[in-house]
Amino acid sequence: MAVLRKDKKVDIINTALILVFLVFLLFVEKRVGRGSMLITVLQKTCAYALAAVSMNLLNGFTGLFSLGQAGFMAIGAYSYALLTIPVEHRAQILYKHGGGIIDFCIPFIPALIIGGVIAAAFAIIIGFPVLRLKSDYLAIATLGFAEIFRNLIQSNDVAALTNGPDPLSAYKTFSSLMPYLIISAVCIAVMMLLINSSYGRAFRAIRDDEIAAEAMGINLLRHKLLSFTVSAFFAGIAGGLLAMFNTTVSASSYTSAMTYEILLIVVIGGIGSISGSVLATFLFVASREWWLRFLDDPNLIPGLTRGSFRMVVFSVVIMLIVLFRQEGIMGTKELSVGSLFARKKEVEEL
Amino acid sequence: MLEYLFAGFSVGGQYALIAIGYTMVYGILRLINFAHGDLFMVAGIVMVYLAASIPFYISIPLTIIITIILGFVIERVAYKPLRSAPRMSVMISAIGVSYLLQNLVLYITGGLSKQYPKLPILSQRVKIFGITDRAVIFITPVVALVLMAVLMFLIKHTKMGMAMRAASREFETAQLMGIKINRVISFTFIVGSALAAVGSLLYFSKFTGVSPTSGAMPGLKAFVAAVFGGIGSIPGAVIGAFFIGIMENLAVALNLAVYKDAFTFALLIIVLLVKPTGIFGEKLVEKV
Amino acid sequence: MHDLSDACMLKVEDVSMQFGGVLAVNSLDIEVPKDKIVALIGPNGAGKTTAFNCISGVYEPTNGVIYYEGKAILRNYPRGKMKKKYIGSEPEKFSGQKALSLSPDKITKMGIARTFQNIRLFKSMTVFENVLVAKHMNAKQNPLTATFRLNHREEERMRRESLELLKEQGLLKYAEEQATALPYGLQRRLEMARALATKPKLLLLDEPAAGMNPRETVELADFIKEIREKYDLTIFLIEHHMDLVMRISDHIYVMDFGTVIAEGRPEEVKNDPKVIEAYLGVQ
Repeated sequence: MAVLRKDKKVDIINTALILVFLVFLLFVEKRVGRGSMLITVLQKTCAYALAAVSMNLLNGFTGLFSLGQAGFMAIGAYSYALLTIPVEHRAQILYKHGGGIIDFCIPFIPALIIGGVIAAAFAIIIGFPVLRLKSDYLAIATLGFAEIFRNLIQSNDVAALTNGPDPLSAYKTFSSLMPYLIISAVCIAVMMLLINSSYGRAFRAIRDDEIAAEAMGINLLRHKLLSFTVSAFFAGIAGGLLAMFNTTVSASSYTSAMTYEILLIVVIGGIGSISGSVLATFLFVASREWWLRFLDDPNLIPGLTRGSFRMVVFSVVIMLIVLFRQEGIMGTKELSVGSLFARKKEVEEL
Repeated sequence: MLEYLFAGFSVGGQYALIAIGYTMVYGILRLINFAHGDLFMVAGIVMVYLAASIPFYISIPLTIIITIILGFVIERVAYKPLRSAPRMSVMISAIGVSYLLQNLVLYITGGLSKQYPKLPILSQRVKIFGITDRAVIFITPVVALVLMAVLMFLIKHTKMGMAMRAASREFETAQLMGIKINRVISFTFIVGSALAAVGSLLYFSKFTGVSPTSGAMPGLKAFVAAVFGGIGSIPGAVIGAFFIGIMENLAVALNLAVYKDAFTFALLIIVLLVKPTGIFGEKLVEKV
Repeated sequence: MHDLSDACMLKVEDVSMQFGGVLAVNSLDIEVPKDKIVALIGPNGAGKTTAFNCISGVYEPTNGVIYYEGKAILRNYPRGKMKKKYIGSEPEKFSGQKALSLSPDKITKMGIARTFQNIRLFKSMTVFENVLVAKHMNAKQNPLTATFRLNHREEERMRRESLELLKEQGLLKYAEEQATALPYGLQRRLEMARALATKPKLLLLDEPAAGMNPRETVELADFIKEIREKYDLTIFLIEHHMDLVMRISDHIYVMDFGTVIAEGRPEEVKNDPKVIEAYLGVQ
């Protein structure tokens, strides 16, 4: 029988290398110390990378131009925070609301998952009407929904649940790198499995040519909804991770600007490349928070360098990448060290 | 109640001036110019800095000119090179420009909100129809409607206008027919930027704080108005803008001020579901 | 109630398609009997591809009914705005009955597959993946089983069947190439392989021989006859290459200005003066 088997050796080598690298990072943490800039950047990278991959799944692989990511992240962040505030602190944090409606506390992993599920539930509800729209209108509609969520979370009518305009804090957080690494790695791995499955091929077909995809029996709405929902689920978990990182949550920070940043990361990394998204996230976060900080030093070039100069330089660099290397760093290819060891692909004959 | 209606009509006029820019660019290039709202904000900041040392009769036209130049440059540098690239690339470029403009203003101003200067006439308090407010809220809708009429005239009765209409219908064919498409596009951006500059004069005379993020929400609402009215249709954009302005203030009148932004978007989504091409929009059939 | 013999795979009854003010298809009546090869010919702009698009669900016809295997699957009559604009005949004919429409993917799942006039391959995928993705619709799996690889037997089957289809078309050695890297003629064959991957009973081919030289056209003719036998297919094709049409068709419909102007066996149609006039103009 004729089979075209993917060289399993390549996958095994890649997976092994990634695991080794992750363990290596944990050792680095021990040496460098938890409070160090590198570890902080890595933690933020994990959260943003998960968000970036979830966006790549939707925009890059399925071709749905959706700008609602920050909204789903906000839902995940709030769900996570509200579910993990220890009972004894509730009255203090939600002081205007007598402790708020929720009066229990659950472990952090279920809390993250529930955050993702709630985000996914919202995605299904808004997906039904919105996914039929043409791509540009989809962008505006999803942007609109994200703004609606942000508005609603902060309104006084649901404040008994969400604390309204007041921020949340005192929920479960971690100073170590490990939970971030494990959670984001597992989530990204699951998305990778989905993308390489039959459904992932269907997503790419929809991206390439919707009409041909339909002619091949692929139901557009169902598959778009699947992609949208899965993306929202993991965006919710990414929001939870971000909440963990920032130690306080306020809906006002989950703006369309955050969605734009994630989109820019995806583009820089290469639409259609998961390793590109992860790599680009690290470069983006590291540059923005760490490497370019020297540009904000007023003593460097007096009159020119001062607060926020790094952001200007950063924005210019991004524009250059967008204009001159539209495929991004990785294009549509994945970083695969294992493929160096691949056998020449052979089709075994009948 | 009348106050709210008027306020709505007024802010609608401001949105209209921005919305026209969005709808014209989208009509021809199929591009959502995410940076348009930020251009509007930059016009505000430019005025703040110029008015500090230059008399108004110079700073006002100068602001408009600078905004036009900026709009023109953005189109040439960030959009023209990507004209043959897939649509998403150009929109991402627009997002990049938006990001850059916001960070540039953040750097220049240090992040604090700047106070907009009191422009003559506009900032004076007057009483009309029993409503006392700054003159600008009465002037705005008038200016918006007048400019719209002028623009419609231009589009119907000039060669450039006809070229714009042709390009908006059939981009490639228009080029083949000898229309200098670069000129048409530049003209579109120039007009859109000029209107945005005028819009900023009016808007910031009423809402006097200018910060790097001041353009985001009005820009978004203006785009919603354009979609609402039927993207590509100028009268549609203006009507949509007035409608949104009035609806917003209605929400405030009903004591739902907190929800007014959400309200606008909810409106948009309802329109998109019921009539995806907007009120005056046209259905396009894709050839298979 | 229509009494249709099982021998009729596809019946197009009085179908019209109007865009704006243009009536692209006008009261079209076509029958495609089971296991036969029926050709649809006519000058450019006659409305042939539009008819295909109506049958495969891409367009919703303005008026008319389409039957598949004896059952009505698509039905419409001028409603709403179209009621005033409709310039075709008999706008009331079907108005008493229920309007039916189906999305293209459901029509494919019923067993009607098609190829496209302007090849619509999936540009980012390899030759192999293009065929493989067409197997997705019939696979016994759900997102969870697929993601966590619990569906490996189905995945194996899909891959195996896809490779066999490629082999049949002589494309096996290009399996890992980008689909767009293939020469034009091979891209057309890939389109056909992809359509066959959906296990159709009725195959709609839109200009399968376009761009082929005479030798390739003969090969294609033989190939179409082969797959008809092998897969028990009924074939309905649009074509301009008259040698192909004459060689393999059991029945021919000639369209011009959106409607059938002649039909019959190849010999009959070849000498029909109306057909000659439509193609060459009045002599």
